[in-house]
Amino acid sequence: MYVAVKGGERAIANAHKLLAERRRGKRSVAALGLEQIVEQLSLAVDRVMNEGSLYDRHLAALAIKQARGDLIEAIFLLRAYRTTLPKLGYSTPVKTENMLIERRISATYKDLPGGQILGPTFDYTHRLLDPALAGEEAVFSLEEGPISPNNFVRVSDILAQEGLIEEDGRLNGAKPNDITKEPLDFPMGRDTRLQALARGDEGFLLALGYSTQRGYARTHPFAGEIRIGEVEVEYFIPELGYVVIIGRIQITECQMVNQFSGSAKVPPQFTRGYGLVFGQSERKAMSVALCDRALRANELGEDIVAPAQDEEFVIAHSDNVQATGFVEHLKLPHYVDFQSELDLVRTMRRDFEKAKDAVRSTACGLHEKQEKQKTGEVSSER
Amino acid sequence: MTQGERQRLMAVLAKAEAASLQEKWQALAIDPLCSVLRGPETGLIGVKGHIGGGGDAFNFGEATITRITVRLRDSGHIGHAVHLGRDTQKVKLAAILDALAQDATYKERIFDAVITPLEKEQRIKDKKHQAQVAATKVDFFTLARGDE
Repeated sequence: MYVAVKGGERAIANAHKLLAERRRGKRSVAALGLEQIVEQLSLAVDRVMNEGSLYDRHLAALAIKQARGDLIEAIFLLRAYRTTLPKLGYSTPVKTENMLIERRISATYKDLPGGQILGPTFDYTHRLLDPALAGEEAVFSLEEGPISPNNFVRVSDILAQEGLIEEDGRLNGAKPNDITKEPLDFPMGRDTRLQALARGDEGFLLALGYSTQRGYARTHPFAGEIRIGEVEVEYFIPELGYVVIIGRIQITECQMVNQFSGSAKVPPQFTRGYGLVFGQSERKAMSVALCDRALRANELGEDIVAPAQDEEFVIAHSDNVQATGFVEHLKLPHYVDFQSELDLVRTMRRDFEKAKDAVRSTACGLHEKQEKQKTGEVSSER
Repeated sequence: MTQGERQRLMAVLAKAEAASLQEKWQALAIDPLCSVLRGPETGLIGVKGHIGGGGDAFNFGEATITRITVRLRDSGHIGHAVHLGRDTQKVKLAAILDALAQDATYKERIFDAVITPLEKEQRIKDKKHQAQVAATKVDFFTLARGDE
């Protein structure tokens, strides 16, 4: 029987008012402006843009503020918002080789054209809390260095000159899939996988990438190249019949260089994992690249022995909006479901007690019999 | 306006800071009558990358864009603008400039007073950025081992 239950409207309305109040916090503390979030919590903004799968710094900042800094909630808000917007087409593929570099490093070549550019990195900091940051920071002038002409050759191209690495990914003529239009279907192409990984939960993908390093599907990765910076976005305007630049976005690209594949026909060569994400999101890009490589197991003829190689396991559980939806739905009223479970467990308990009683009585009977036998034996002995 | 000039104009306007564009527009002191043919409309585009950096295209995320099409009342010229983001005022201004620049009487003024200065600002900003980043370039040196 289905029982409709009404009520709770007042409690819900008041809970939301209380939420708004708690979000605002003490009124004696200045309210947080969106510009402050965009400028000073920019990596949180980048994470929300990535997993919300929408590049818009101000919307991501608004989502972070509204979510009280709960980034998964903010990602949820951004995903919900994007469904209200019409899709107006696609950009032409961004050209990472023309990036305005903010950071570019390679762990495989010390001296490579363009050099190792550290950029604004946490690497080599001592991870000591800085009490000075608790107040206003002093303004200091930045040192400036000589600008090298833009010759940031891709590490994969250096290796490709000798034919020592597989070439860039090909789809064999297939049109790139779009998971915002087509439901996920397994097995999937590398294009679909890379799109799903780009919006995947950073923590989940980080853990899976880590698992491959620890031996669950070893791929022997090297960070061939990581680059962070701005690229121009081009869009085709049908009325004009040509593409125009419509702005710039910041992205992070990671090229993992992994150990060999080859066959009787193909000489041994390095394989690759690729990660491309929004903003300055180095850990995410590296995790995507590690997972991309691990998930190519089938394509490269490797044994599938570990979770990180299992496409359905990885992709179906990487979306934290889906994950949080299903986990958190457990909070919703399940009164009727639970009532039936309660009835069921009571019935089972009754049956169990009955069975136990029966066992006890049988056991007693047995005991008596044995007693009798014993006495019998004794008597017979007598 | 040639295709190349129009692509340049649109790119510069798309990358410009809203406040800077507004300032240059005010200084231009042109106030043409125009009607909006389409938009302003905010929506999404799928942003594509290349697999492996240079391979086939794939979608890796979406971005907000705003677009508008305007027609100038006097000349009938049609202007388009598509920018990343949701700044409808800026997009409208860009479309009007695109329409005006098709008129030989305004073209030179627009390029001289708006496009070229904005381009210069962008270039200066980029150079400063590149120089700051260049200061973080690693200079490797080898330590003498002292055993020779």
